[in-house]
Amino acid sequence: MTGFRLPRGGRIDRSRSLRFTFDGRSMEGHPGDTLASALLANGMSIVGRSFKYHRPRGILTAGSSEPNALVTLGEGARIEPNTRATMVELTDGLVARSQNCWPSAAFDIGAVNGLLAPFLSAGFYYKTFMWPAPLWEKLYEPLIRKAAGLGRASKEPDPDRYEKSWAHADLLVIGAGPAGLAAALTAGRAGARVILLDEDTEPGGSLLHKTGEVHGRATSEFLAGVVGELSSLPNVRLLTRTTAVGWYDDNVFGAVERAPADVSGGHAPRERLWRIVAREAILATGAEERPLVFGGNDRPGVMMAGAVSRFLACHAVTPGRNPLIFTTNEAGYRTASALEAAGIAVAGIVDPRPDGGAGWRGRAPVHANTVVADVLGGRGVRGAILESGGRRFKVAADALAMSGGFSPRIHLACQRGSRPVWSEAHGAFLAPERQKGFAISGSAAGIDGVEAALHDGSRKAALALAELGFATKAAFEPAPETMSKAFTLWRVAGAKGAAFVDFQNDVKADDLLLAEREGYGHVELAKRYTTVGMATDQGKTGNLNAIGILAEARGVTPAEIGTTTFRPFYVPVSFGALAGPARGRQFQPVRRSPLHGWAEKNGAVFVESGLWYRSSWFPRAGETNWRESVDREVLNVRTNAGLCDVSTLGKIEIFGKDATTFLDRIYCNAFAKLPVGRARYGIMLREDGFVYDDGTTSRLAEDHFFMTTTTALAAGVLSHLEFCAQTLWPDLDVRFASSTDQWAQMAIAGPKSRAILAEIVDTDLSDEAFPFMAAREITLFGGRIAARLFRISFSGERAYELAVPAGYGEAVADALMEAGAPHGLCAYGAEALGVLRIEKGHVTHNEINGTVTADDLGFGRMVSGTKPDFIGRAMLKREGLVAADRPQLVGIRPVDPKEGFKAGSHILRPQDATALENDQGYVTSVAYSPHLGHAIGLALVKGGRARHGERVVIWNALGESYVEGEICAPCFVDPANERLHA
Amino acid sequence: MKGDASPVRPEPDAPVADWHSYVHLRANTKGRHREFWHHVSGCRRWLVAERDTVSHEVFSVVDAASLKRGGGT
Repeated sequence: MTGFRLPRGGRIDRSRSLRFTFDGRSMEGHPGDTLASALLANGMSIVGRSFKYHRPRGILTAGSSEPNALVTLGEGARIEPNTRATMVELTDGLVARSQNCWPSAAFDIGAVNGLLAPFLSAGFYYKTFMWPAPLWEKLYEPLIRKAAGLGRASKEPDPDRYEKSWAHADLLVIGAGPAGLAAALTAGRAGARVILLDEDTEPGGSLLHKTGEVHGRATSEFLAGVVGELSSLPNVRLLTRTTAVGWYDDNVFGAVERAPADVSGGHAPRERLWRIVAREAILATGAEERPLVFGGNDRPGVMMAGAVSRFLACHAVTPGRNPLIFTTNEAGYRTASALEAAGIAVAGIVDPRPDGGAGWRGRAPVHANTVVADVLGGRGVRGAILESGGRRFKVAADALAMSGGFSPRIHLACQRGSRPVWSEAHGAFLAPERQKGFAISGSAAGIDGVEAALHDGSRKAALALAELGFATKAAFEPAPETMSKAFTLWRVAGAKGAAFVDFQNDVKADDLLLAEREGYGHVELAKRYTTVGMATDQGKTGNLNAIGILAEARGVTPAEIGTTTFRPFYVPVSFGALAGPARGRQFQPVRRSPLHGWAEKNGAVFVESGLWYRSSWFPRAGETNWRESVDREVLNVRTNAGLCDVSTLGKIEIFGKDATTFLDRIYCNAFAKLPVGRARYGIMLREDGFVYDDGTTSRLAEDHFFMTTTTALAAGVLSHLEFCAQTLWPDLDVRFASSTDQWAQMAIAGPKSRAILAEIVDTDLSDEAFPFMAAREITLFGGRIAARLFRISFSGERAYELAVPAGYGEAVADALMEAGAPHGLCAYGAEALGVLRIEKGHVTHNEINGTVTADDLGFGRMVSGTKPDFIGRAMLKREGLVAADRPQLVGIRPVDPKEGFKAGSHILRPQDATALENDQGYVTSVAYSPHLGHAIGLALVKGGRARHGERVVIWNALGESYVEGEICAPCFVDPANERLHA
Repeated sequence: MKGDASPVRPEPDAPVADWHSYVHLRANTKGRHREFWHHVSGCRRWLVAERDTVSHEVFSVVDAASLKRGGGT
């Protein structure tokens, strides 16, 4: 027999029907159904196959801990795998499919794995796939990956929207069961800002399926009253469908809210990630009912007793007509009583406690001092074999509801270092009842009974609010606790069938016992050896049973076994929720140079460089690949002139009467005597002696300098300057301001650059008036624009850098292009800039790789020997930094000009074997030099300065290529630097 | 953040061992720790914060320059 819907009852809307399909079969449910309840109502007992053995599986729970009923929802781009059917609200047109089975859940070819079960025991990966080693990568791993795994994700972009929100609360209450409702009501009445979360579609927790009375009123009436009052309080925010997933520093909680089934899609977000800053918080998440471990406890039709109660009360669905109950506690009797009240004939109540059922007044027979050894039936439940005092007997039943006790849901409270503590009385692990800003209440704190939980919630809220100075009155008065000592049964010994502990990962009691015998009995080892608790449900139902079984096997208490570490997230969180709106064009901010519009007009191809979009090259009609464009730009710069956007360089204004002293300590070379109106190339070291960054700094006035940094280190250098000024030398009078975004800066390079600039610049540009390394504030267009002009060169040609206020950048660049047209001026991009600098041997962060000294780069003589102090000076003379085999900057070129090579290639001596220990260095930068007609490179080579002319092998291990090369001076064009003045 | 705020930059001609210790050696403190923080998106001051590295509780924050000059906040 399978599940069905009762003619009356439930919190569903029977006046409307919702159509959905499961594995292509069309079915009907009602608003208020979950996919799980609708499947049960339609008699679907098998909803999936297990991970390893492909055993048929049904629905185990009615909530977020569900290990079995994982289904794939949706079609096309909206395919969502591994969704818990118990958490899916039924909607019209819902399409669901079973997983891990083919062709269907009911008939699955993969079930043949079940026959191989003896070979798939604990640690089988480690034992079976050890050797031969090469087979792992080529054979074993691909096969295992294909066979295992659950649902498959869509490969299309997610079409839905996701949101992120912050919220602040005096009191955050997690869980809207009796304790949480009472806490929220107490705090709400006191005027505190309250946020109450619950992962269910409506508040109530266990009250939703409790029969009888609470506080002298019918439970549903009582619940409606409390929820009504909370909703009327403007300072209380109730978030349903919201699961708290993590507890973080400063009492920030992460939570994920799911959109109600009928409003998701369109422009409404599907999920919202909340970050809630709570002054105080209360965990009222209740307790997880534990399965019992007996033969066939995974058969479809075996369900948690609480889930049976829940399906009955909320959805008027029952898993069978004569279910058997197997319980170690009163919860099983409550389920039996609810079933009988609904007219279901309970087949019997099996209770291992000697005095079990003493208070039972129902019709079903109680089998005290008895256990269920094995379930009869494969694809469903036909009955069970009971065992009592060594005697075995059969009972008929078509479903089985089990309850092995309750584990408080303490996960969040233990995510920041607190360890769970074993309580023998509760037969469970508890968390510290109150940590700073975070208390636990109700059954999450091991408190039993609705009335006791109501009082506890009131009391904990009052205590928390007292910390914040609120006067409160408890919403509910003290009630007697009904707690009795818990009875624990970790497993039924002597079961014949497979007895599962972790349903989702197919871990059996036997696997844990084997792990213990093989020396993997420590809880952390057993977890990894057997994979217990490692599935998407993180062992919410199974972990404590695993700990109990290990404890029993080792003859110790669960306290001595302990738990594995609780980490966020409490439930799986979708990538969509974590990414929120930060995807596609909104993934990160875009930084555009003030000359971006100019570059676009000139047809630039852009390249992402950090957040920047830099113009990379400027293709012209007829050019079919980037190299053609770059070669043309490079040659044109050396023949005529080019204009390049260098606005992305970091720019820092430095002011103060001690600015000179400061710069002298920041750079390794001398700056004290830099005259006003001059620029100087400077090298900054780190305190460990290695080069940090380079750039030019110009003195615009006695107490005003203008520093440029590399694009990548613009922010880092400013931070570094501020660190030195504030923490090392706070008495120096010096201040900084970043002006990277305020200036549009362009390089005008090439023999005709002066003639072009002269058309717009008001200043005399003769070499006498504006010599190499001049740097001055000037005006353009007859005094209409104030600008800065620097005669500096990265290309080796006569060159200038012109900085104008960012808003004028595009207009000035346009004017230059117009003025330069008769001179053959072209736009050139970062690629051509790179070729030009490699031809000249100028370094960038390709060479300044964090492990080189100034001397390695050929700047040894720049390093001041006379300055008493500068950053990095003290460590410079360490023997490793002055060794003869330091990597030194050299040029490298192919012996055969037709051959090319790649940056990152290693340098070997021709006679040496291809091995890392023979490594002589590596190629840092490579370009094709249109000037020379062959590839050129820069490299860092051991003792390289003394090795110019040496033949070497350029070895690219990835491309398996070997090119004969020659070490040369790191300058391929105009070594005498005459073109700077051309 | 720039880590431990306790090491003091040695005099330029201090022994290599002092410099080695200043540049390279850091305790991996569990518990109370004085460290440099930089108020990057605000006043751009470097601060010395005393923080518990386990609980993330912050006990005090002072301006690094004032501290270096021997003053308070």
